Amino acid sequence: MNRKKFLQAGSLATASLFLPRFLKAFERPMVVPPGNKVLIILQLSGGNDGLNTVIPVRNDIYYRSRPHLGIEKAKTALITEEVGLHPALAGLKGLYDDGSLGILSSVGYPNPDRSHFRSMDIWQTASDSRQFLSTGWLGRYLDAQCSGCEKPTQVLEIDDVVSLALKGEQIKGMALKDPRRLYTASHENYFRDIVAAHQGAATGRSAAGVHTAEQPVDYLYKTMAETLSGADYIFEQSKLRPSSAAYPATELGRNLHTIASLILSDINTRVYYLSLGSFDTHVNQAAQQQRLFTELNDAVSAFAADMKANHRFEDSLLVTFSEFGRRVAQNASGGTDHGTANTMFMIGGGLQQKGLINSLPDLDNLAEGDLKYQVDFKDVYATLLHKWLGADDKSILGRQSAYLDFI
Amino acid sequence: MDLSNQRKNQHLFWRAGFGPMAEDLTALTSRTQESFTEALWKAAERPVAYLDVADNTLKGLVMGAGDTSSMQRKELSPEEKTQFRKQSQQDIKSLNLAWLNEMVNSDAQLREKMALFWHGHFASRNLNIFYQQLLLDTIRKGALGNFGDLLKEVSKSAAMLNFLNNNQNKKDHPNENFAREVMELFTMGRGHYTEEDVKESARAFTGWGAGLNGEFIFRRGQHDDRQKTVLGKTGRFDGDDVLNLLLEQRQTAIYITRKLYRYLVNEEVDETRVQGLAERWYQSNYDIPSLLQDIFHSDWWYDARNVGSRIKSPVDLLAGIRRLLPMKIENEDVQISLQRLLGQLLFYPPNVAGWPGGTNWIDSSTLMFRLRIPELIYASGEFHLKPKDDDDQMMGMHEPPEGSRRLAESVRSEESVRPDRPRGQVIRAQIDWAPYLKRFEQVPAEQLFATIGSVVLQTPSDTGEALVKKYANGDNREEFIKAATIRLMSTPEYQLC
Repeated sequence: MNRKKFLQAGSLATASLFLPRFLKAFERPMVVPPGNKVLIILQLSGGNDGLNTVIPVRNDIYYRSRPHLGIEKAKTALITEEVGLHPALAGLKGLYDDGSLGILSSVGYPNPDRSHFRSMDIWQTASDSRQFLSTGWLGRYLDAQCSGCEKPTQVLEIDDVVSLALKGEQIKGMALKDPRRLYTASHENYFRDIVAAHQGAATGRSAAGVHTAEQPVDYLYKTMAETLSGADYIFEQSKLRPSSAAYPATELGRNLHTIASLILSDINTRVYYLSLGSFDTHVNQAAQQQRLFTELNDAVSAFAADMKANHRFEDSLLVTFSEFGRRVAQNASGGTDHGTANTMFMIGGGLQQKGLINSLPDLDNLAEGDLKYQVDFKDVYATLLHKWLGADDKSILGRQSAYLDFI
Repeated sequence: MDLSNQRKNQHLFWRAGFGPMAEDLTALTSRTQESFTEALWKAAERPVAYLDVADNTLKGLVMGAGDTSSMQRKELSPEEKTQFRKQSQQDIKSLNLAWLNEMVNSDAQLREKMALFWHGHFASRNLNIFYQQLLLDTIRKGALGNFGDLLKEVSKSAAMLNFLNNNQNKKDHPNENFAREVMELFTMGRGHYTEEDVKESARAFTGWGAGLNGEFIFRRGQHDDRQKTVLGKTGRFDGDDVLNLLLEQRQTAIYITRKLYRYLVNEEVDETRVQGLAERWYQSNYDIPSLLQDIFHSDWWYDARNVGSRIKSPVDLLAGIRRLLPMKIENEDVQISLQRLLGQLLFYPPNVAGWPGGTNWIDSSTLMFRLRIPELIYASGEFHLKPKDDDDQMMGMHEPPEGSRRLAESVRSEESVRPDRPRGQVIRAQIDWAPYLKRFEQVPAEQLFATIGSVVLQTPSDTGEALVKKYANGDNREEFIKAATIRLMSTPEYQLC
């Protein structure tokens, strides 16, 4: 990695231009200068049970509503006298202790929907519950951020399929499970050849003065060309400074490892998206949540340690969400059914508010057995877009939001 | 640009159906559009067979579940409920494949194409196989009937009433979901009614519910029979009255016509045309064939601007491949995976607004996968992609997901990262090439490539003969036709029709 290449990296590198030359010398071991924020969105699919995630250990209503599923105080990873984390989240307690965990409670939206796909739609598109949008909030961020850019790599999903959250009107984020696999799959010569043939012919036509309106096929070739160049770019970046830290051998561990390697490179990605699931614990919740939280705890702890060791923790923010929480009372099958408002974790070295950001859900004041939301998730998005990514949240979300103070 | 007779016929087959069938390819060059259009209408006249795939034990479970006055789920034991859900989920897959087979094999192409339109328009997610079968039947039978009748039948279907919570819509405790979606999505579209209209209509629909066997039940005791004011009219309206009021609105004709124009003609709407079509359709009292005839016989239906301008939906794409290249698929279920990966799984629309279509079908993942599918079929290649889980579909009954499988070795450096690939899938299919190859028997060698292109693609392509020959073995004429066909199907142009 030479300085010239580093400076050419574009938007990500611009912050370094404001640093005096002598200071730049100090960052030589670091590829990315400080100030370049990245956001990691971790979707807990299926509706995670927030009340068994951040547990009100002194609340009788909690234990009365959950005679079997309630987790006793002594077993929790206690963070205050009142609050314990799920026993499998000991690593997150460590992050709490060093001031890099924020907990936002009772996040939701008016007129909550209890269907997975619909509520997930609402979270991913940032719509009202009565509105149907076909673009996602990060897709619209891409639209605003990336008009005319060659590679839609500002937002990446670590998956085989692109989520609605990443789909904009003009631009859609890319999905990849593994940079090398994406590279191999897209590196078939035939594909490269037909894109070149199309582009060559189009150039020829315009040189010959033949002006044709944009055809539907041009959109497809544009997407294809962007995918191929994006695949090259991501693969090249992933080899630049691969993280050498140890990660658990789980899917989430691998995915966060992939993200870490990209964060340490000089890729222009600002947002990473990934999911873990399924948290749809109607039956035998205890075992399923334990297993998923262990995977989450171990992978996220490794990721946080990796970022710290590489001086990127201050600029990294990992946010968890789920499409809804679950009902306060347990059901008859050792599980919980679909509920409403839920808990979000904010993990990073740059938090302005640490620990419990707001008060725990008020179990005395329920709406037909469900938590009432106190914070609109769209205000959380607005805060992330405006304060963390420096984007125009009003145009992206189409609403005036109340910013929160956690960053 | 002047279009050949063949291309116009292919246009008709792609838009009024799922593309040309291999055995029809030769006739496409000589027969007229009029004769093919007539054949489509004729085939649509035949009675529609009820698609019944529900498992017998499931039928026994429901039949034995008692009388029809209450919902079946209450009648079943918890074990039976679980069994019901699991089997139902399995049967919906069978229904998906059975219907897809109809789209591929039925002569009633226009009926199935319109049924798919209504399936997306009256989008409903429901995990009860019986309700899904009934709704599909209503839609396939009514696809070419009267829109008002179809609207009423769908509104009274168990699938829709349950999906939109109308069983909870009761006098003094109205649930507005159904009334809202009927106005916003099924008839007029947003911006043509008020919140007050929704509230008042919801009261008119109180008492509408469905019984154990999916039959419509009017629960008089739950019905609010007081006066309501909807869209400026006042009366002691019931649900049918409100649907009639919605049909009286010209906006309903405009909204549906515009949507159909985008589905059949062009994503870019010509507003003048839509207004004209809608007005004539309204005058016909919503006779669906009248509207379709109006479109098919317009002077712009075969405009070069419309031909090859639409992005095929995943179902169009999959059905179209199977029509052009008839094949026997050993592992039929693989088509469910394909639909999920491409973003259109029949019976699981993303929400009540249906599939948004157009460029929404295309992103980096879906496009690259679309481009690989013909080759995956031809060469039985393996693909390692995992669709996203659908929690509504799983209902909490999860196999441990891929991620929980621990890898033997720990991940320490980039070299040791072994993506824990989901088990690869293969499309095990045997293509019956004979009817397709027949089309090219008389074609002279120098015209062969161009002819293949004209059959496979509906839009001009810059992927030329020299390029394709690099990848398609030319020693043997038949092998070249096959390989060149697969290559031309693996292009962005093939995604269009």
